[in-house]
Amino acid sequence: MADEDRDKTKSGGANDSRDERDVSVSTRPPVSASSSSPSSHRRHVPPLYGVMAEFDNPSDLVAAARATYEAGYRRINGYSPYPIEELSEAIGFRHTSLPLIVFIGGVIGGLGGFFLQYWTEVLDYPLIVGGKPYNSWPAFIPITFECTVLVAAFSAVLGMLLLNKLPQPYHPVFNAPNFALATRDRFFLAVEANDPKFKHAEVVEFLKSLGPVDVADVEV
Amino acid sequence: MEEPREPYMEGPMHSTHPVIEPGLTFASVTDKISSIVLKRKTSIGWFVGFAISFALFQLMLLAITNLVFVGIGLWGVNVPIAWGIDILNFVWWIGIGHAGTLISAILLLLRQKWRTSINRFAEAMTLFAVAQAGMYPIFHLGRPWLAYWLFPYPNTMGIWPQFRSPLMWDVFAVSTYATVSAMFWFVGLIPDFATLRDRAKSKAFQIIYGMLAMGWRGSARHWHRYEMAYLLLAGLATPLVLSVHTIVSFDFAVGIIPGWHATVFPPYFVAGAIYAGFAMVLFLTIPLRRFYGLEGFITMRHMHNMAKVMLATGLIVGYGYIMEAFFGWYSGNRYERYMIWNRMHGPYAPYYWALIVCNIVTPQFLWAKKLRSNLAVLWLISVVVSIGMWLERFVIVVTSLHRDFLPSSWGMYKPTVWDWSMFVGTIGFFFTLLFLFIRFLPMISIFEMRTILPEAEVED
Repeated sequence: MADEDRDKTKSGGANDSRDERDVSVSTRPPVSASSSSPSSHRRHVPPLYGVMAEFDNPSDLVAAARATYEAGYRRINGYSPYPIEELSEAIGFRHTSLPLIVFIGGVIGGLGGFFLQYWTEVLDYPLIVGGKPYNSWPAFIPITFECTVLVAAFSAVLGMLLLNKLPQPYHPVFNAPNFALATRDRFFLAVEANDPKFKHAEVVEFLKSLGPVDVADVEV
Repeated sequence: MEEPREPYMEGPMHSTHPVIEPGLTFASVTDKISSIVLKRKTSIGWFVGFAISFALFQLMLLAITNLVFVGIGLWGVNVPIAWGIDILNFVWWIGIGHAGTLISAILLLLRQKWRTSINRFAEAMTLFAVAQAGMYPIFHLGRPWLAYWLFPYPNTMGIWPQFRSPLMWDVFAVSTYATVSAMFWFVGLIPDFATLRDRAKSKAFQIIYGMLAMGWRGSARHWHRYEMAYLLLAGLATPLVLSVHTIVSFDFAVGIIPGWHATVFPPYFVAGAIYAGFAMVLFLTIPLRRFYGLEGFITMRHMHNMAKVMLATGLIVGYGYIMEAFFGWYSGNRYERYMIWNRMHGPYAPYYWALIVCNIVTPQFLWAKKLRSNLAVLWLISVVVSIGMWLERFVIVVTSLHRDFLPSSWGMYKPTVWDWSMFVGTIGFFFTLLFLFIRFLPMISIFEMRTILPEAEVED
């Protein structure tokens, strides 16, 4: 079915401009989509983002992801309607620098908050209030704390979005058939075409052997 | 009710009610919650409720317009009671907000799965309550158009805010709280925006929800960072929510007025906030789950748990009242003693005793499982507690101020019609926002509901 789709786009001359745009977007070499379709003129073939297998339950997806990782594929990704801890482990994604970013944000917020008060009350405009010393630091703690939390929270949210490269309105995986169900009850596993081991026919065969509901090519 | 015990139950301790109705699936959870926003016809009840709230909201705008034109003299506040029901309402609203953060952040850290069905709604309640709360101190300034003077910015006058004052702490605490609550809420909504984007039939909704979802695609790498961010936000929001009401209590406790100057204030205020907040969550969810048929998601288990939290925090608040009276007596200070005597026997004594009945006596009914299971009773108790918490702040604010050290400066306080208009108006604004939220956003977190379904378990 996926092959049909690809042939359809290939034969349409009107698609040329689209192909060119797509190629220019893609930074990697136009990958070996041709391996399955013998008569291809390279510039007519839309570059391939990867191959996507669809599953109808989380256990199959996690098992398939593990098998794919063990088979040596590294540029793989899972898609699920809710967070699955085992899935990110299965695709070999364990580390995120987000906690570090948040920590740094918190430290900056805390120091900044205290310095704001120290500078204004001690250095810039020293004024005795209520007989307290200029640097009445215990009274500065609440605002220091609030600034810590505020900057740390901003770092958490913006850091998460930035590391995830969101907002990103367009992404090739949205082209996968049934992908709208990835926010409902379907589970997807993608092997990306820029994986060093990626050979189209092999990957399709391999994914089919993992018991998916469907396997389809995903174009850029 | 006969239900299979596993895996709907969390443990043998809670064998009576499941967290989620058995038989639900990924598909049915998704479709049921998203259909409230996308498919279901807007009911007459919604329009009626929205119209009433919106009308009251107009009353608020009228009250504010008049206040800004005429000035603060429109309110009943004057020396010695410069803080009338306006500051009282600020504390009341922000207290209500705290239950939302407690449910979404603290219960997340404590791994209480039952929070999942009510956290989105409770967070929305937090945001909308904080929005009401934030207006009061600003309009109480008298010249609200200069409210930005509260923030430290380099200005031509060459001066800075007074950072040693609890009122400045309040500015930072409340604005941080509002910001962090909004971010926490929005982050929680991102995956659900994606769900709505993919379910929406109309182009406009697809575009709007699509923009809000920011291209969320449920990638495992994204989920990993997302969960981390969510957890960290919960970890940050937990001390934040405690700090906010602590600082609100400092507004009082740092002052030397008898009745305010007490060390018990921070914990007593925080407990009171959670108490009032859970009362409000119950007050809102009991009718809501009925009208939208959400009994499968918000089960009797939730009702019991919320009632228990209300009972526990109610007891802490009761302890606070007893300690206030004890401090008054034990201090040996004539002003402190007079303050507590005046509360119990002075001109505002009916408020004090009404508060004792509402906040200490009423929640005792919650010890009985039978009464906890009766939703009508539970709803009534939540109304009584909400009123009781309002009275508590009235007693703290007004009776402390109206007779302090010098009898020559004693006075009485009576809220004017404009005080009441503003209060009723903010209730209208709160419900206006809530009605819009129910109509246009998923009021239950869809993706988190999926995680607690039995089919979400990954088998090896």
